Amino acid sequence: MRHILSILVENEAGALSRISGLFSARGYNIESLTVAPTEDPTMSRMTIVTSGSDDVIEQITKQLNKLVEVVKVVDLTDGDHIERELMLVKVRAAGKDRDEMKRLTDIFRGRILDVTDKSYTIELTGTGAKLDAFLQAIEPGVILETVRTGASGIGRGERILRI
Amino acid sequence: MALTGAEILIRCLQEEGVEYVFGYPGGAVLNLYDELFKQTRIKHVLVRHEQGAVHAADGYSRSSQKIGVAMVTSGPGVTNAVTGIATAYMDSVPMVIVTGQVPTSAIGQDAFQECDTVGITRPCVKHNFLVKDVANLALTVKKAFYLATTGRPGPVLVDIPKDVSQATAEWSYPKAVTMRSYNPVTRGHAGQIKKAVQLLLEAKRPMIYTGGGVVLNDAAESLTRLVRLLGYPCTSTLMGLGGFPGTDPQFTGMLGMHGTYESNMAMQHCDVLLAVGARFDDRVIGNPAHFYRADRKIIHIDIDPSSISKRVKVDVPIVGYVRDVLDEMVKLVESSPPRAGAAEVKAWWTEIKAWQAKDCLRYDHSKTVIKPQHVVEKLYEITGGDAFVTSDVGQHQMWVAQYYRFDKPRRWINSGGLGTMGFGLPAAMGVQLVNPGATVACVTGEASIQMCIQELSTCKQYHLPIKIVNLNNRYMGMVRQWQEFFYGNRYAESYMDALPDFVKLAEAYGHVGLKVERPGDVEGALREAFAQKERLVFLDFITDQTENVFPMVPGGKGLTEMILAEEL
Repeated sequence: MRHILSILVENEAGALSRISGLFSARGYNIESLTVAPTEDPTMSRMTIVTSGSDDVIEQITKQLNKLVEVVKVVDLTDGDHIERELMLVKVRAAGKDRDEMKRLTDIFRGRILDVTDKSYTIELTGTGAKLDAFLQAIEPGVILETVRTGASGIGRGERILRI
Repeated sequence: MALTGAEILIRCLQEEGVEYVFGYPGGAVLNLYDELFKQTRIKHVLVRHEQGAVHAADGYSRSSQKIGVAMVTSGPGVTNAVTGIATAYMDSVPMVIVTGQVPTSAIGQDAFQECDTVGITRPCVKHNFLVKDVANLALTVKKAFYLATTGRPGPVLVDIPKDVSQATAEWSYPKAVTMRSYNPVTRGHAGQIKKAVQLLLEAKRPMIYTGGGVVLNDAAESLTRLVRLLGYPCTSTLMGLGGFPGTDPQFTGMLGMHGTYESNMAMQHCDVLLAVGARFDDRVIGNPAHFYRADRKIIHIDIDPSSISKRVKVDVPIVGYVRDVLDEMVKLVESSPPRAGAAEVKAWWTEIKAWQAKDCLRYDHSKTVIKPQHVVEKLYEITGGDAFVTSDVGQHQMWVAQYYRFDKPRRWINSGGLGTMGFGLPAAMGVQLVNPGATVACVTGEASIQMCIQELSTCKQYHLPIKIVNLNNRYMGMVRQWQEFFYGNRYAESYMDALPDFVKLAEAYGHVGLKVERPGDVEGALREAFAQKERLVFLDFITDQTENVFPMVPGGKGLTEMILAEEL
């Protein structure tokens, strides 16, 4: 099962490598990992998308909590949550592809950020599944480059992660 | 008052009550050593290899309620220390390691004797710090001691660049420290404790299984009270030996790969299992799928939540310091009405006694060749069962665990988790220093002892009258045993050829050496050695080459799939 873990961690050198090291040392998956400081610059918030059985996720959570620099860990998939990922895609946009790319971008509520004679750079935000769907919708041959941030997540409503 | 980083560090150690620092100087720690030189409160023990420094600090911690400190230089000093750090980490031993680092301006430049110390040690410490600003040094050292000793203990490393130990800052040392990201749960949940006691009092076939957590948390007295109050059978892991008296009739011996038949059978067939400060590891319960029983309830007390339900699903988890939880349980049991169904427990004991009647630790005595088990039994007799015993890793380690019945905690000092050959002798140095006047024996083998043999020189320098009991079978015995059982007697590289003359070697280092070749001489030699209170004596026992450790649960097998001596 896919899980999204939100982690508050001290914004200190080495914290990221402690966390990623824990995953590799114990053989856990990381599908994506994003991290940036929060409104409190002494603290960073990390979102890790991982997968595993309930037992494995329980162990991951416990092991993360054991790290001295980790302040709090929440499994967002335990309740209602919002998940967003940003993707930038550079596509070939010449001839008949040009209009088609524009239309598809509109359908997926994306934006074209940069235009040349031969290419568009498209910005798309959504769940990972939506971004996958966009990539599947366009012809593989026209994709020149993609870059994705990995998922960020937050709980819905009164579900708040802070210290 | 402004002090240099080096002065600050030494003052911090003094504030923490550190008596001994085990270490080895080098370029990056020269500032620190210069300050050590200028004071007298902290004594430095100069080892002969950094691995020895960390093992000695480890033995110092394990055999006392104090905290061992090691100090090594950057680069090779650190990499040599890593084995010692990982050893302490696997057995949750509280310790502080201070390492020198190249100046901050040189970090990342591939400087002479530079290595990424925090990177290399990250997976084998509880936590580590690189101090980049002298203003943070005192607080960091305070945090290191706090982290090492609270929650699940473990080694903490502080890496200090040379310019930081030279720079100055105002001196102030906090009395206490809190960290928002570090708040281990230390008090067991009252409701869970009540549930556990109820389960225990309703058990028909109860079993108590204890581990190193009992020793580390100084919970032996509380455990003993609870076990005696309940009248239930009790076993222990390798790391927990001494947590419950080994001579108590309720003690069924160690469990696990080389545990007793009765302990392993009882673990498998009990209906309520109380696990105290133990972690169900592979050497203890074998194959978890085989260990599983739907009709057995498991209560697990541990300070580390990640140890609970890691390999075995637990019904009643209790996170907290084991001593406090056990004390709570004692109170609850004492205030409970006498249990019903005492007859069922009696019948369970009858079953256990029948397993005990197998006498699984019996071995054939010999008049011509020394049996290693016999040496350990004699050692037990002659030291009155009251020595501090360290060991290396292998067959000899198991024989001590089986035949030396430890009645007190912190007397049995060995590397259980990492299984580090070379641990025994340097650990014994730490044990002897923190327990001056006590009898300290290092039981070892001719392979293990050579991994840190250089520390014989340290023992001479600091007059440490350790007794080394070398069970010399000219083989890496445990490797040979596995090759005999599982690799068709193909003894690949497990024979120790060209061994040194250990007697002469001991003498060359300024100690006493004794070689013992006949069974009839074992007792006399041991008595002679232990009578020499002021000297280190190296006893080289030439033992039976083919002796194996029984019972044995082969790797990956179930706990009851034991090989017994009589079956071969």
